[in-house]
Amino acid sequence: MSSLLQVKNLQVAYGGIHAVKGIDLDIQQGELVALIGANGAGKTTTLKTLVGMIKPAGGEILYQGQPTAKLPSYAYVSQGLAMVPEGRGIFSRLTVEENLQMGAYTRNDKAGIPQDLERIYHLFPRLKERQKQLAGTLSGGEQQMVAMGRAMMSRPKLLLLDEPSMGLAPIIVQKIFEIIRMIAAEGVTMLLVEQNAKLALQTANRGYVMESGKITLADTAANLLANERIQHAYLGD
Amino acid sequence: MDIFLQQIINGLVIGSIYALIALGYTMVYGIMQLINFAHGEIVMFGAMVTITCINVLVGNHISLPGPLMLVAGLVMAIPVSMLLGFAIERIAYRPLRRAPRLAPLITAIGVSIVLQQVASLIWGRSYRPFPNILPQTVHNFFGAAITDLQVAIIILAIVLMGALFFMIERTRLGRAMRATAQNPEVAGLMGVNINSIISMTFVTGSALGAVAGVMVAANYDQAHPYMGFLIGLKAFTAAVLGGIGNLQGAVLGGITLGIIESLGSGYLGDLTGGFLGSNYKDIFAFLVLILVLVFRPSGLLGERVAERA
Ligand SMILES: Nc1ncnc2c1ncn2[C@@H]1O[C@H](COP(=O)(O)OP(=O)(O)O)[C@@H](O)[C@H]1O
Ligand SMILES: [Mg+2]
Repeated sequence: MSSLLQVKNLQVAYGGIHAVKGIDLDIQQGELVALIGANGAGKTTTLKTLVGMIKPAGGEILYQGQPTAKLPSYAYVSQGLAMVPEGRGIFSRLTVEENLQMGAYTRNDKAGIPQDLERIYHLFPRLKERQKQLAGTLSGGEQQMVAMGRAMMSRPKLLLLDEPSMGLAPIIVQKIFEIIRMIAAEGVTMLLVEQNAKLALQTANRGYVMESGKITLADTAANLLANERIQHAYLGD
Repeated sequence: MDIFLQQIINGLVIGSIYALIALGYTMVYGIMQLINFAHGEIVMFGAMVTITCINVLVGNHISLPGPLMLVAGLVMAIPVSMLLGFAIERIAYRPLRRAPRLAPLITAIGVSIVLQQVASLIWGRSYRPFPNILPQTVHNFFGAAITDLQVAIIILAIVLMGALFFMIERTRLGRAMRATAQNPEVAGLMGVNINSIISMTFVTGSALGAVAGVMVAANYDQAHPYMGFLIGLKAFTAAVLGGIGNLQGAVLGGITLGIIESLGSGYLGDLTGGFLGSNYKDIFAFLVLILVLVFRPSGLLGERVAERA
């Protein structure tokens, strides 16, 4: 196996606030890795830094063995790095289909785009029914599907998901996780940030635990699920 | 002669010009919440460059049909205004992208004054008559008069607006512009180069502005380095009236303002018992601006700002 993403001593600050205080991550090709932790631990900041939305204060990010520091932020997606942002970030006054097309914005294989659209509609039949509707008029679960489908339209190699279950009814959450498993089965490597730690660890191969800007535990998902401290702090057992 | 119909026609003509300029304000506002107060000067440069070009052609005894000379002038003026719009954004607004909102607003007013001064250095401070090259045919339209020029202005404005709407609604670039206007951060995540989208927005609005400037000059038979202020403020009023940030709104606001102004000035003498003449027509734009800001700040088609994703 080879590392798709290696993060070494990554530090991120907002002005004087240190949100990420020197973390290491290593994600192998084909893995589904969960990143769990309390609110404000620095998970979103980490993901935003990985896709170039925030420039790090220190440390190094190697993607496919290459440092990403010199990439302009708009170039990440064409390298295969995509993110489903926290709160979905859909374009509410674009139609569902236009949202999906935005995901394919940097692709130059024009012929492949309609094919992938069909593939997304096959994955999310609800979106096909609503393809001409403004995305802002959709329910929360449907909007999450738009955000995930949009990210898939870029044909990512590494997909970062920031709290995809946030604010959704339990039955919809199950559906979203089903789709995460399907995407994983297609061979897409994923880093999944979740409040719902139990479900995340049940779905992932490995997990990292983040606490106030630091990684305090890294283990297989099974071991983390069995860990008493984790059960107590994050799994509500 | 039918005064009412005549004023409607005049209103449609000037309204289409306001609409073209208002589109420039509203596109820039939509994408970066900035009022580009220098937009009026971009319009002015369009008019001045065109007049200069036509005068050069006439001065060198190059005899072309009038409309062709006008086209030649436009071919020079449009790129000049586009370049100006591009440069203004790069030099004056981009460094202030993250500054408090008052900073770029004050800068915009500064840029506007600088451009007025530059123009008056180049062309002097006096009025430039629009060269007498266009046919002055007048058609009778149900008792009202309409000239070839007025017909041409309306048709060209419709064609340009149609092209703009097609670009915004149907092309990849337009989709990226709309996405950037709604959520620049996520648009960047999709691989959109926000800086080049913003540049494209300024350049597109400036091209429309240049054409509108020539229309103003041809319609009123004159242009001068300070014309950008009033025409800019009126088009800005049109954009606010329609709902700033909304493209259809800019068109609706422009036409509405043109008709209000035209009808208002046509009947101003009657309304005030002869106290104010039609030379006070400019008050209508500002009355409209004040009324809209007080009673319906979101404009006719405007949306709540909070609706932005
Ligand atoms: N834009 C910002 N400006 C300043 N501080 C921020 C900003 N975003 C997040 N933070 C702070 O950084 C820390 C980590 O936040 P975040 O990465 O959003 O955590 P998480 O996603 O784990 O809930 C928090 O203390 C938060 O208050
Ligand atoms: Mg978060």
